Formats: sequence, structure tokens, C-alpha cells
Amino acid sequence: MDLRLSQEQEMIRDGVTRFVRDDYEFATRRIGAVSDLGFREEVWQQFADLGWLGAALPEEYGGFGGSAIETMILMEAFGRGLVLEPYLWSVVLGGALLQQGATSAHKEQVLPEISSGKARIAFAFAEPGSRFNLAHIGMTAKKDGDGYRLNGNKTVVYYAASAEYLIGSARLGGAKTDREGIALFLLPSDAKGITRRDYATQDDQRASEIIFKDVQVDAAALFKCGDDALPVIENAIDVATAAICADAVGAMGALREMTLEYLKTRKQFGRAIGEFQVLQHRMAEMFILEEEARSMALRAALMLDAPAPARKKAVSAAKSLIARAGRQIGQEAVQMHGGMGMTHELSVGHYFKRLTMIGSMFGDGDFHRKRFAAL
Amino acid sequence: MDINDSVEGAKFRTEVREFVAANLPADIKRKVDGGLRLEKDDYVRWQRVLFDKGWIAPGWPTEFGGTGWEPLQRHIFEEECALGSAPAVISFGVNMVAPVIIEFGNDAQKEKYLPRILSSEDWWCQGYSEPGSGSDLASLQCKAVRDGDDYIVTGQKTWTTLAQYADMIFCLVRTDNSGKKQQGISFLLIDMKSPGITVRPIRTFDGSAEINEVHLEDVRVPVENLVGEEHMGWTYAKFLLGHERVGIAQVARSKKQMQRLKMIANTELVDGEPLLSQPEFAAKIADVEIGLIALEMTELRILSDESAGKAPGPESSILKIRGTEIQQGITELLIEAIGYDAHPWVPAAAIDGRNEPPIGSDYAASIAPHYFNWRKASIYGGSNEIQKNIIAKMVLGL
Ligand SMILES: Cc1cc2nc3c(=O)[nH]c(=O)nc-3n(C[C@H](O)[C@H](O)[C@H](O)COP(=O)(O)OP(=O)(O)OC[C@H]3O[C@@H](n4cnc5c(N)ncnc54)[C@H](O)[C@@H]3O)c2cc1C
Repeated sequence: MDLRLSQEQEMIRDGVTRFVRDDYEFATRRIGAVSDLGFREEVWQQFADLGWLGAALPEEYGGFGGSAIETMILMEAFGRGLVLEPYLWSVVLGGALLQQGATSAHKEQVLPEISSGKARIAFAFAEPGSRFNLAHIGMTAKKDGDGYRLNGNKTVVYYAASAEYLIGSARLGGAKTDREGIALFLLPSDAKGITRRDYATQDDQRASEIIFKDVQVDAAALFKCGDDALPVIENAIDVATAAICADAVGAMGALREMTLEYLKTRKQFGRAIGEFQVLQHRMAEMFILEEEARSMALRAALMLDAPAPARKKAVSAAKSLIARAGRQIGQEAVQMHGGMGMTHELSVGHYFKRLTMIGSMFGDGDFHRKRFAAL
Repeated sequence: MDINDSVEGAKFRTEVREFVAANLPADIKRKVDGGLRLEKDDYVRWQRVLFDKGWIAPGWPTEFGGTGWEPLQRHIFEEECALGSAPAVISFGVNMVAPVIIEFGNDAQKEKYLPRILSSEDWWCQGYSEPGSGSDLASLQCKAVRDGDDYIVTGQKTWTTLAQYADMIFCLVRTDNSGKKQQGISFLLIDMKSPGITVRPIRTFDGSAEINEVHLEDVRVPVENLVGEEHMGWTYAKFLLGHERVGIAQVARSKKQMQRLKMIANTELVDGEPLLSQPEFAAKIADVEIGLIALEMTELRILSDESAGKAPGPESSILKIRGTEIQQGITELLIEAIGYDAHPWVPAAAIDGRNEPPIGSDYAASIAPHYFNWRKASIYGGSNEIQKNIIAKMVLGL
């Protein structure tokens, strides 16, 4: 066993940490947050130039062949800065789906565009009423001539408006929640028959409701996993879940730092409020939770290549703990800031919102606790 | 002993229920039920309905226009108003400054302000907290210097709820710096239209605009606006803190929210089954509900003692702590209940009549902002940490 970062990994960590600290201050971040796109295109290009978009993608497709640890390092730093650019969605989730289930033609076409920053992917998986069940798919794919016709609704599709490609899950056969009969399709996001309703999310990200109405795709749009795509989806969502756990750990670290600083500087009753033992214990508990979360995010990343049951169990253990820890840390940070914690001006509340959204992303604490217990 | 309403209590309950059902304007009820934003006019319209009925000031003595109800009767009233979806009466006038004026104000102040509070002609706000003085309120610095028949007030108040609507503000100000910090504080009533007052909104992270900074620069306040004696303001503020029993726990409003939570958990499906039928979620709801029952019973014991003439003590801290924890617990389960539907931020959906089509279910839009906003409850009105300090010191003698 070896839990140390390699030299290359340390270099990535130092670089991304510096970037978030110096070039992604809260005020600068706002420029992206209030823009139509929801983030800054030039920052995305910077990610490409720094090699981050390809950090965990295979070398044969223009990447650097890194592992889930590279992803974890980047995501933790992004979490620390509440980075808005859709790295998770396009690179981590989109990349995992393509790598694991797509045809070589798709990989050769799209992966280099992803790692160079030319194109982005969004994955449309959730549907109205699906909650966290990835097999709950009502969208249909009907054979039509040489290709397929897609019909259905997808909900809260993150960063669809800024993506060139959409990957959609649809049913070739079976009933609404069957594990079989599910297929994945890659299509241009402006395909005829797609309508979107775009909006901001609670934490300044962007998402859309998407209606697919008689969307025609040719046969080549189908992923090579055919109508047995659920394992590919589950694997990719696990990869993304491990990444968002690291994202959460970064946000927790930022909250811990600023709350600690506040306890040292805010004075009431003639002394720093950090001198009150009750707040010291609360701060200590926050720190313990963060360290547990960091351990679990690391473990999830290291287990992503394990056989499916072990992988799922590790990811669910991490996400369940992190959903709970994120909630407690967020609440405590706001509480210990008093009235200041409630303001829109301070970043505390924004981290709180981000951790809340992460809490239910890809399954909330209860969902993952249940999945963990069942494995 | 009897846990049920008395015969008169039950009759009164029916009377209030029927009155609310018949007189609460439908648009206000719709907003309260849907968790939509209430405007100033909505509060005032409902308060005027209660005023016309003679029910606006349950806590006041009858000679000033109050109802003279016993604490337990007031409890029934609050409960039926909340369960009938009436908005809360804004406390600052009726429940906060008025009891101080009644107890310590002079006749001129009573004649001038009380009728305008009853009729909702004046909207009051509370100017206690300052940037440097929150939990340690007695350290406040906003100063009032006597100049002929006026005080000249200079300083800053902050976190002032709904000051943007206010006609009047009641302020704690420093009139003396020489002794203990609690000793040189006075209680002043200030007209918000006075030259030198500037109100600046503070946006909260849920997106709402309900709190403000209030800057006072050489504001002239007639000496007749001093309540009671100079330098005695701390005593009056403490009287006020200890005064309010009924309502602080917000039991009735939590019951109403609990109904909403169950309705929503029964509508949301997990693999085709109602979320409410999932054992984990049902158990979490039960935990909060049991806490709510314990809170209500504790409140009833306190109110019963009060009806029997026992002076209210620092037990109200119990009601504040548990009351806010339960309110927050319910908002937490609500956001959990709706899964991804909590993610879209649709500010327009919080405004009645905007006709913004919902994303997901029609109840979803307000749930996340509500959860965020409600974090305030354990901070304002004396944070829950300060309430525990009060219990430790004043009740337990530690
Ligand atoms: C939404 C909202 C509305 C408000 N409305 C009003 C209003 O209308 N009028 C008004 O005057 N004020 C209002 N307030 C202000 C409120 O009363 C204060 O925020 C509160 O008293 C806390 O003060 P503070 O914000 O300065 O926090 P601080 O006092 O700085 O406290 C920071 C943290 O330290 C903790 N702490 C402080 N001292 C101790 C101690 N001795 N032991 C343990 N922990 C301690 C606190 O509990 C808190 O967690 C409002 C606040 C909010 C958030």
C-alpha cells in the first residue's frame, strides 16, 4: 500500500491549488456565475492549456493517461474555489461513459475534442419521477429505418446548454425500471427535435429540462454496449460520484479555514469567540468530519477499478458519509458566523448551498446507505 | 388534570377556525400554503382583519385594546390561525415594542403609538444589533447625546428585519459610557423618516431581501421619545426578552409545515412507492414529529404555570432552541424529499401570479431557498448557543 502522491501528481496539485487561490477568487468567480453561459470560456481554455482536461483521459485520445487520483486532486481544488466550469460533467462523467461504452469511432472523434477543450459533453440521465434510480428510464428509442427515433423527457441535465454533445439514456425495450433494455446514444446537442429549458441551479451552476420529440439519430449514434448499457452508466456515475466527493472535500476545507479564521478574529464579550470552549468543540468536530470525508473520497477513488460490487460499496460508503458530513459542516459554518453567515456577500452561504446540492447529486445519503447495506 | 381543551376552549377553537376560514383572503392563503413570498400589503391586510375583529393584540390588557385572554387561550388562537394558513402577525409592533410601552412608557406614548400599532398604521422594526454587538448586545455603541429637547443619535444598526417597510424603529442606544456596559443604555423610539437615517438592504444567501443596515447620522430624536428612564434601556430589553412565551416555539406553524411535509412525501415516489412509505424516511419524519410533540407539551406546561400566576422565567430558552431546531429539521426533510427537484433556482416561482411554469412539482421551487433561509432561526433572537448559556447560568446555576 502507498497513499502518497507521485511527484507528477504533486505538481498538478500545486498548480491547481495556486490557480484556484490566485485566479479564481470569489469576486472573479462571480463574473462566470452571472454570465449566460454560467462560467468563463477562457477559463475552460486555460484548463485545456494546463493539461487538466486531458489529465485523466487515455494518451491515445490526446490525454495524459492519469488515474482517478488526478481527477480527485483537480476536483478537490475546484471544490475549494467553487469552480463553475463543467469539468465534472464533461470530462469526468462524459469521459467515463465514452471510455467504457462508446464505439472506437466515437472515442476517436470526441475524446480528443474533450481533452483539447474544443467540445463538451452533457449526460441526460435523470427523468421526472426517476429520483436516483438510473434504470428508471421512460425515454424510448425506436428503430426507425437505419437509425433510431428518441422520445422522452430528461430533468436537471447539468450544463446541457454549453455542451456540443449530449449523451442520453433511452429504452430499447423492457418496462420502465427494468435493468435490461437500456441504451446510450451520442448526439449533437442541437439535433432537431430537442427543446431545452435552461436555468441556474441553487449553487450558481447551470442545468436544463430537455424534451426529446421524434429526434432522429443514425445507427452509429448507439453506444457499443447496445441494450445492455446500465452497467456502463452505473460505472460512469460511480466515477463521477467519487469525483464529486472530492469536490465536497474541497468545499469543506474552505469552510473549515474561513470559519476557523472567523473564530479567531470575531470578538464578542471582550474576546475572540474561538475562546469559547463550546465553539472549540464544534470546530474540532467539523475538522474530524472533514478528515473522514477526505479519507472516504480517497478510498472511493482508489476503488474505482475494483470489481463492480466492491466499487459500488466503496462509492456508496463515501457518498453517504459525505452527504451527512457536508450538511453538518455547512450548517455549523453558517451558525458560527452568526448573521454574517447568512449574507449573500460572504462566500460561506455559497459553500453551504454547494454542499447541499452535492448532498443529493447521484443519490442522497439515504440512497447510498441503502445501496451500501444491500451489497 | 385533563389533556383536552376545556368546553370553553373547544368552543373558542371552533370560533377561531371558522373566523379564519371565512375571513382570510384567498390570495394570502394561497401564498402561505405554497410557501410564496408575502408582501407588506399581505401582512397588513390580514392584520387589519384581526384588528376589525378585536383580535390583533392577544397579549395586551383589555384597556389598551387587547383581548385579555389567558395564555392557554392565546395558544389555541395561534394554533388555529397557523393551521388555517394565516400569515404570522409581524411581531415588532404588537408583541415587542408595545409591551414595553405599556409597561414602561408614559401616557402620551401610549396614546400616540398603541392605536397606530393596533391598526397597523405604523410598521415597526427592531434596532438592537450592531456590527460589533450581536451576542454581546450590551456592548452596543450607537450613541445618543442630549441636546436641548432632542437626542442626537449617531451609529449603525444591522440585520434589521424588514426595516425597508418600517415607519418606526425602536432602538437601544448608548447614553452613558462611564459605568458597566449594561448601565448606560436607553430605549428610544425613532421615526424612520427622520433626516440622517439611511436604510441599506443586506441580501441573504437564499436570495431574499428581508434584512438591512440602518445608518444613523446626527439624527434628531425628541426627548419625549425616550421610553421610561434614561440609562434604563437594558432592563426594558430584558423585560421584553422574558415577556414573550406564546408563539416563541412556533409549534402551530411547525405542525402546519409537518402536514405539508407529509403531503409532499406522500406525493414523491421512490420506484413507484410513496417516499412516505419508505421506512428510513418515515422514521426521520417520526423523529421530528416526536420532538414537536415534546415541545408542545413543554410549552403547555409553561403556559399552564403562567396561567396559574407563576412568573415566567428563562424556560423560554428551551422553547427557542427546540422550536428552531424543529423548524429547521422540517425544512431539511423537505429538501431531502424532493431530490433533484430542489436543484433548479426559479426565483420568479416564489412570486404569486407570475405563472412561471414549475420545474418538477409545483411545490418544489420554494423548498431549497426556504431551507437556506431558515438557518437564520438558530442565529436571530439570541443564538441557540446564547440560549444554552442562559439555561446553564440562569436555570442550572453553573
Ligand atoms: C435573518 C436575521 C434577522 C435578524 N433580525 C434582527 C432584527 O430585526 N433586529 C436586531 O436587532 N437584530 C436582528 N438580527 C441579529 C441577531 O440578533 C444577531 O445576528 C445575533 O444576536 C447574533 O449576533 P452576531 O450575528 O453578531 O453573531 P456573533 O455574536 O458574532 O456570534 C457568532 C457565533 O458565535 C457564537 N457565540 C457568541 N458568543 C458566544 C458565547 N459566549 N458562547 C458560545 N457561543 C457564542 C454565536 O452563537 C454564533 O454562533 C437578525 C439576524 C438574522 C440572521
